[in-house]
Amino acid sequence: MIQLCLVNWHLVWSRIADPNDVFFHALWATVYISVVAQVLGILLGLVAALMRMASFRPLRFLSGLYVLLFRGTPVLVQIMVVWLIIPGRVIDLGAFTLQQDVFAGILALGINEGAYMREIIRAGIDSIDKGQMEAGKSLGMRSGAIMRRIVLPQAARVIVPPLGNEFNNMMKTSSLVYIIGVYELFSDSEQIFSSSTNVAPFLAVAFWYLVLTSIWSVFQAVIERRLAVSEHGDELSLRERAVAVWTEGGGVARLGEWPFGTGGRWRGRS
Amino acid sequence: MTSSPGSFVLQATEVHKRFGRLHILKGVSLDVRPRETVCIIGTSGSGKTTFLRCINHLEKIDSGSIEVNGHPIGYRTKKDRLVEDSERNIARQRTEIGFVFQRFNLFPHKTALENVIEAPVHVRGVAKDQAIAEAETLLTRVGLADKRDVYPGKLSGGQQQRVAIARSLAMKPALMLFDEPTSALDPEVTGEVLDVMEELAHEGTTMIVVTHEMGFAKRAADRVVMMDEGVIIEEGPPEHFFESPTHERTKAFLSKIL
Repeated sequence: MIQLCLVNWHLVWSRIADPNDVFFHALWATVYISVVAQVLGILLGLVAALMRMASFRPLRFLSGLYVLLFRGTPVLVQIMVVWLIIPGRVIDLGAFTLQQDVFAGILALGINEGAYMREIIRAGIDSIDKGQMEAGKSLGMRSGAIMRRIVLPQAARVIVPPLGNEFNNMMKTSSLVYIIGVYELFSDSEQIFSSSTNVAPFLAVAFWYLVLTSIWSVFQAVIERRLAVSEHGDELSLRERAVAVWTEGGGVARLGEWPFGTGGRWRGRS
Repeated sequence: MTSSPGSFVLQATEVHKRFGRLHILKGVSLDVRPRETVCIIGTSGSGKTTFLRCINHLEKIDSGSIEVNGHPIGYRTKKDRLVEDSERNIARQRTEIGFVFQRFNLFPHKTALENVIEAPVHVRGVAKDQAIAEAETLLTRVGLADKRDVYPGKLSGGQQQRVAIARSLAMKPALMLFDEPTSALDPEVTGEVLDVMEELAHEGTTMIVVTHEMGFAKRAADRVVMMDEGVIIEEGPPEHFFESPTHERTKAFLSKIL
């Protein structure tokens, strides 16, 4: 309680109400590092999930090893290792260039995320009834097409809610790349802190992370709603879903029900 | 021994299938001629569903052979040994064989129409306009023209099964397989599905139906086949089969079910 008196509230307020250009760069860095790392994580997770289902043993082994290593070690350690083994100061990606530390940060976060995404995507694929696969086969479809056109679109409904949570996590976890010198939201506050030694910049940055995750929650609700609409007609209105975001985390509760029905609990509400 | 093409749609010879230590099929042989409707009946566990699933290689057989239109299904001979065929070839063979599942297995994320055009467009490469026109004809044929844009979740079981039949027919298969198509349905809607199937039978669709619907077998079948403990124990035209069965197990089964 005593500490609260020592908070430089003026500084908190100025960081919230009157952000400067440097701050916006930092905010933007957090957003794009999170987005790119998450996309990378989804792709790696998908590849690893498909590898796990392969009939060729070594692929399954590699997929398991990947999860074992990257879920079993701290992401902070992974960030340091990746940063240290990637040479150069600027990474040329053809269409554009990235600073080495940003590149290493995105890569480490993405690889780490892929290990978690593999489990989420695997669970999504496993939740689809075997009869769907057989129906595809009986129509002469090959396994790649069945996966792409039949299984994954349905699995998406199961995958998206936890994926949304993963991205929420990613935005916050991305703050760890401050350790390798990437200038993002957290490093920005850290710098203010080192000159003021007041808790104020961290309270302000907490507020900004909250803004980011709240905006994302709304996006997530919209995406989930659109996925659900393509399944059947009667759906909660956007406003009802927005309410659900605040009251129960955006329909995550629906997760367990999907494999057993086409509509889950929204179905009766026409 | 090869038969002249066209003489049989299905030739199954001495098919054996084991699940681990369970010997499910113990040498099943069945030939089906074009335009013929064959109903397979028998107690549960007699192997009739397994046999049907072997015909389009949803189950691998352990020995024997299955040929559809003269092409071996799922296997080819390589140095005098049977090896499993490539996925590509198996998929191609399956386009000739329609399969209607007990639990429909419609694609829940696609409308009735999208379910029906999926395989013609993405497997056969039919132009979408043409596939849609054909699908509409098929949906009309099963009495569901007005449901073309409805998702399966909004259809009754009987309607879903009729869409599933239309979906299989859309590939214009040489042979239609029905695996207890009405067993998962409420009694009041089995009729609408059986009517569609009966019509198909009378139009000359070559089909094999695993069923417990004896009334349907009597009306629609050209031949009724009784399976018991992994073998075919009796077969014949329905009038003979139901009036004067010879095998004791058939008599016992019929007396229980009729």
